[in-house]
Amino acid sequence: MKPSAQTTPNDILATAQALRWEVGKDFHEKLMESLYTNANQIADRAVTRPGEKPRFDLDRTIDRVVTSPRWGFLLMILLFTLVFWITISLANVPSRWISILLIDTIYPALNAAASSIGFPWWLQGILIDGVYLATAWVVSVMLPPMAIFFPLFTLLEDFGYLPRVAFNLDNAFKKVGAHGKQSLSMMMGFGCNAAGMISTRIIDSPRERMIAMITNNFALCNGRWPTQILIATIFIGALVPTYLAGFVAAMAVVGIALLGVLLTFALSWYLSRTSLKGEVSSFSLELPPYRPPRILHTIYTSLIDRTIFVLWRAIVFAAPAGAVIWLVANVQIGDQSIAEYLINFLNPLGILIGLNGVILVAYIIAIPANEIVIPTVLMLTVLMAGLTGVGEGAGVMFEADLASTKAILVAGGWTLLTAVNLMLFSLVHNPCSTTLYTMYKETGSRKWTALAAMIPLVMGFAITFIVAQVWRLISG
Amino acid sequence: MSQHPNPESCETCPMHNTANLSKLGLDMGDWDYVIALAGNPNTGKSTVFNALTGLRQHTGNWPGKTVTRAEGGFEFGDKRYKIVDLPGTYSLLATSLDEEIARDFILFGQPDVTVVVVDATRLERNLNLVLQVLEITDRVVVCLNLIDEAQRHGLKVDERRLARDLGVPVVPTVARSNGGINNLLQTISDVATGKTVCNPRRFKNEPAELKQALQILIEQLDEAFPGLPNARWVALRLLDGDERIIEAVRKGELGDLAGQASPTPAINPDLKLEVSS
Repeated sequence: MKPSAQTTPNDILATAQALRWEVGKDFHEKLMESLYTNANQIADRAVTRPGEKPRFDLDRTIDRVVTSPRWGFLLMILLFTLVFWITISLANVPSRWISILLIDTIYPALNAAASSIGFPWWLQGILIDGVYLATAWVVSVMLPPMAIFFPLFTLLEDFGYLPRVAFNLDNAFKKVGAHGKQSLSMMMGFGCNAAGMISTRIIDSPRERMIAMITNNFALCNGRWPTQILIATIFIGALVPTYLAGFVAAMAVVGIALLGVLLTFALSWYLSRTSLKGEVSSFSLELPPYRPPRILHTIYTSLIDRTIFVLWRAIVFAAPAGAVIWLVANVQIGDQSIAEYLINFLNPLGILIGLNGVILVAYIIAIPANEIVIPTVLMLTVLMAGLTGVGEGAGVMFEADLASTKAILVAGGWTLLTAVNLMLFSLVHNPCSTTLYTMYKETGSRKWTALAAMIPLVMGFAITFIVAQVWRLISG
Repeated sequence: MSQHPNPESCETCPMHNTANLSKLGLDMGDWDYVIALAGNPNTGKSTVFNALTGLRQHTGNWPGKTVTRAEGGFEFGDKRYKIVDLPGTYSLLATSLDEEIARDFILFGQPDVTVVVVDATRLERNLNLVLQVLEITDRVVVCLNLIDEAQRHGLKVDERRLARDLGVPVVPTVARSNGGINNLLQTISDVATGKTVCNPRRFKNEPAELKQALQILIEQLDEAFPGLPNARWVALRLLDGDERIIEAVRKGELGDLAGQASPTPAINPDLKLEVSS
């Protein structure tokens, strides 16, 4: 390579000559001094002298515990259980306040206002019973757990704990034939699978990147945490005495998240031995130093960046979905509404896998965003169960604190099996359309994108089917 | 650093730096990788050399002007490694001929891996050399030798901490009794094949006026020799009035290095990667 025309070697030498005067004569000594200082510091940190107690190094001490083969995993489970327990026990109260405000107060006021202005009944239905209620529901169900869970999660991240979790899992990923960095993209997936898809860019090998993308869906995302937390609280927590309820519900959510990790390993293992065979590339992960998290700053940014972002996304999808739900519940074909027709059509399949037709319809409506599954389920359940006096008519969502949410679901034929299988299906089903679109953009492959949608969907049906059959066999 | 379309093809291609090596009098006949062995005197460097080359060693001695450079080889995995034992030195400032030989080999020979043997009982003094080597090349493995002796002195060296602070693999060895040599071979091969990516920590705590001067020079160097792997170090040497480096700039030898700069795989800036021991 020849030196480029703009700067010739002689220019450089002239510059160096001129600069040499500026940097001063003692520059050489200073340079040596800093070299020795650095060497001294590094040696000092690494060497323990005789008789001297090992220098207390907080980072190293914490690392020894949190990444130890024996305690690391246990500690990880405990820590996440704690996070969910705090979320579950604190979310209920604000959830109730918001629902009193949005649904008990504003909703009737809006209806009254619309009637007094003289809205046509269908417009009032679509806008207030559809769009407004769906949105209000999403806000009251999702905002409180998110506003508690995300800051806690972000605190763990800022403190430096998440890289340790990735470190604990890194080896396991290598063992199943995937890239160790998949532990990082999975961590991203726990926030949002679409973000997880993009984060797989850190994996150089296309084979291992594809594995990471296909399995990213098994990392529970923002849209699904609230579903898990809600169902665990009202069905699983209710199985035990009140003082244990929060803890048991938290354990159930952690259990589902761990199952997701296990499924990630299993599918990675399978793919790396079949269609995505190849060598494992190795890498090493640096553990960044622990930093004391700036608590207020973290809470602020996680509220802005994550909570508001996710909530906004949920609202954007919930508002049109609310209109759609109202329409399918009110537009009649023959003597049945479209919703009834769909639900009856899917019900046999739903029952077979321990769910029901309502849930399957909800999952179809919620393809753009997992966030609206539960509101849709509730609304459709009310419609199907023909509950009167709760909603104001077909396709109307209504106030729902935890007790009445459970009452509605039970009235809709929900059992413990339905709850468990819904949690399983929420973990194992097709990724949302945003995630799939992101994957398509990243890979440019229709085939793999389709597989990424189909594999978890088929697995979800298989898992819920097996659980339902075994459950029914045992419980007679 | 320039992005290469396929980093691996260059690193693993046996031809990638033969031109410079043969200029330095090295016959690259049928070797896949070149390993340089550097270290302070009396660190057991020759013992490590003998342990690495084992029985297959065929040592050739080069009659230099005053010092000799020993050469040997070994096979590991299915690759053949040529290993060059550099003169033992305390620094790479090229104030003496042996230092110059060692430095020129690391700089212009661009070995695939430079193994720096350090004496675990005198870590601080030995690290001066390691830090200087790290200024020139990324691909370094630190061989922490004489750990048995250190233990006898009651010294404990935390090699994980050391590896983290330096940003390159650190392998503890007792070369005398072949302790840790297999691990060393594996680590060398990992760095040579690019399986392990080194990310040496470089210190930039220089005074303000120097920082500015360096910036100007580095910019010019980058312009004249795009892709030069160690522009900062070259700039420092130029400011220091290092005749050999001035000559290398004048003759355009640096350009050869720039052209062959080993490509670094893209690393996500958010995820700092380094090697563990």
